[in-house]
Amino acid sequence: MNTVTITIKKQPDLYLEADCFTPDALAGKKADEIKELPVFIGKTVEKIGDYFTVSGEAGPTAAETHLIFNGDLTKVKYIGAKMSAGEVVVNGDADMYVGSWMSGGTIIVNGSVGHFAATAMSGGNLTITGNAGNYLGASYRGDWRGMSKGKITVKGDVGSDCATFMTGGEIEIGGNVDVHVMTHADGGKVIIHGNAKSRLGGQASRGELYLFGTVDVMMPGYAQAGETELTVGGTTAVFTIYEGDHGERHPTRKGQPIYAKLYLKK
Amino acid sequence: MTSIHIKNGFVVDPGQGIHGDKKDIFIENGKIVKSLTHAEKTIDASGMVVMAGGVDIHSHVAGAKVNVGRNFRPEDKMQSTYEPYHGIRHMAGGTSVPTVFKTAYAYADMGYTTVIEAAMPPLYARHTHEEMRDTPILDEAALPMFGNNWFILDYLKRGEIENAAAYAAWLLRATKGYGIKCVNPGGTEAWAWGLNCLSIDDPVPYFDITPKQIVSGLMEVNESLHLPHSLHLHSNNLGNPGNYTTTLDTLKLSEGIKPNNNFNREQVLHHTHIQFHSYGGTTWADFESKGKEVMDYINNNPTVTCDIGFVTLDETTTMTGDGPFEYHLNKLNHLKWANTDVELECGSGIVPYVYSKDVYVCGVQWSIGLEMALLAKDHMRCHLTTDHPNAGPFWRYPRVMKWLMSEKARNDVLASMKNEDKVRDRSTLGSIDRELTLYEIAQMTRAGPAKALGLSSSIGSLTPGMQADVAVYPYNPETESDPEKIEWAFSHAKYLIKSGEIILNDGELVSNGNKKTYWVDVTTKPNRQVERDIDRTFVKYYTVTKNNYEVTEHEFMKNPCAVKIDAVQ
Repeated sequence: MNTVTITIKKQPDLYLEADCFTPDALAGKKADEIKELPVFIGKTVEKIGDYFTVSGEAGPTAAETHLIFNGDLTKVKYIGAKMSAGEVVVNGDADMYVGSWMSGGTIIVNGSVGHFAATAMSGGNLTITGNAGNYLGASYRGDWRGMSKGKITVKGDVGSDCATFMTGGEIEIGGNVDVHVMTHADGGKVIIHGNAKSRLGGQASRGELYLFGTVDVMMPGYAQAGETELTVGGTTAVFTIYEGDHGERHPTRKGQPIYAKLYLKK
Repeated sequence: MTSIHIKNGFVVDPGQGIHGDKKDIFIENGKIVKSLTHAEKTIDASGMVVMAGGVDIHSHVAGAKVNVGRNFRPEDKMQSTYEPYHGIRHMAGGTSVPTVFKTAYAYADMGYTTVIEAAMPPLYARHTHEEMRDTPILDEAALPMFGNNWFILDYLKRGEIENAAAYAAWLLRATKGYGIKCVNPGGTEAWAWGLNCLSIDDPVPYFDITPKQIVSGLMEVNESLHLPHSLHLHSNNLGNPGNYTTTLDTLKLSEGIKPNNNFNREQVLHHTHIQFHSYGGTTWADFESKGKEVMDYINNNPTVTCDIGFVTLDETTTMTGDGPFEYHLNKLNHLKWANTDVELECGSGIVPYVYSKDVYVCGVQWSIGLEMALLAKDHMRCHLTTDHPNAGPFWRYPRVMKWLMSEKARNDVLASMKNEDKVRDRSTLGSIDRELTLYEIAQMTRAGPAKALGLSSSIGSLTPGMQADVAVYPYNPETESDPEKIEWAFSHAKYLIKSGEIILNDGELVSNGNKKTYWVDVTTKPNRQVERDIDRTFVKYYTVTKNNYEVTEHEFMKNPCAVKIDAVQ
């Protein structure tokens, strides 16, 4: 596996949209070629070399390419967006759309990310050691096809509207989460180790949500359905099960309706 | 305006009966002419097909529901990247509900020059015209909806054809409409009571009239006004298994009615997106094609024309004035649903839809459209549409042409379907080896629709004297054998000329043209009763005044082109 190291040397005045910052787009390219690639800033097109120092060489394919980003990337969008393979490490904070539409490979962010990370993710692994913004692992605006596969791990806190329209995959949150989790979900799994505010699983028809902390306000559409002992995220605990959202249409299996399930630690 | 000489192309022109002969076309002062002494521009069309500009008889490209479709599907814009402006191209984007600019550019790339917006709610006529005004290049017209209009229901219920005609003439003038559109006659009004009209004999609540009376009445009104186009009908029971009997019952209503116009139009009824109306079976489980039965009727009845509404197996946005159908569709796919009731006039609904080739019903729907077009005997009366965006986006027309022109292309699609056997079993498509010719495609896309619209004296053909709308496609019918080349060539016109102005030059957009909007200005005998009815109804029921309702040419239209008719007997 070949490594390319990209370090920010100048902060852009406006936000920089670098949808070429993926192993797929950089595979087979040398540092000098990468420096010449276009990036978008507002309505202008500039070069990667204007803002970043680039060293190393990419592998012949995305899977053999390892990208390392260094510095303050809070004004850089689309790192790892649409990647299908390979590895990306971000040493610093990044802006919106990290790993959005990613279908494979691994992204590790040693820092925090902005909003819309892992939008409609369909595979791969995304790990964030800091916090994530709103709409983590959610569907694109208006779309009914959210995260379908893969795994997202956030060590810190997550903003609102996480896992909207999730259909599969897993999100594990180490810290607290803001309102609206798994809205409209039709599958998938979200584990929250910290506290939640409200509207967990609103309008969800399938999927599982595990909460270790507290929730300020429960959804009225969920009904208690017993309790169970489970090992989740390496921790064994007794959970109260809630089924719902009863305000939503539910598919059936063998005549029995399938519900989304909320597991609240007792 | 330049004079143009298009040299040596394979000319396909049903208007003059030319089947791909190598010919020269001359253009001067915006018209096709017999010859030129000196051409300012010469286009070498050697090895390319030359046709008249395409005419789309039924498409949803402007107005309230299209705009709602754009608003409520941001994800539709993501599926095709927005192209930034460059040169004379405005920024353009959208996939199944493109922006007005993308609509114009994509039609131009396909060599189309005239498009009919097939459903204009009269109350939203101003909005519709504003969007059409902002759509460059294309000549357009809009058909206001009459099939659920309270005035029409009242007049027809009492058999007052003359009053209905006077009102229709007023509404065409007020909305600057081009013809009489009727969607789910009575059914959309019944939907306001939570009901529908699924057969032509189901009574409309309160009005106590049936779809049969509405359709027959509107055909009579249409002929008494001598309109250029016939009644443009989307009949009852769209999209439901077993609906072909409703369709046949409806088509039969045209029997005995005679076309009465000075526009060379021979039909009294245009049935739109007939594919959606030719279903057999009783449920989705035994769903099957009845395309043959319906097409047999159309083949034998020259006073009926149809367009197909081909399913293109895409993700798209359905939108129709058939409000109850959209509710029903939403109950099937559980995606988003928007619905509206347009005061005294009509309604509509919008639902995104994915026609997947792995879903057998979609595969059968796809088969039915192609089957019907291949069984048609007269392609002058069977037009190519996708009911854009309902059965698929209009920019798939070249793909439909490929399927119609190549048995191999059709079999490739069938072979790639998950339920291939089941799909083959439910329609006769697999047993049809017919491949349409370029001549038949030209009938389906230009000559036929132009004639059905009553515009055959000016568009749809390359006869000298006609408006100079010419498309040149990089397709050599003598040497090409790859069906993929059909799709590519017909979505990449090399040259497009509209009213004598070059729009596409060597594939590059060089002009936004001089678009115009057709409308029908029909004069009837003064009718004090109808005038009083209109005035009183506006005061009593409408949320807008009459003055804020009517469309004025100078404010809302670009190059209005009024078709004047004297219907005072």
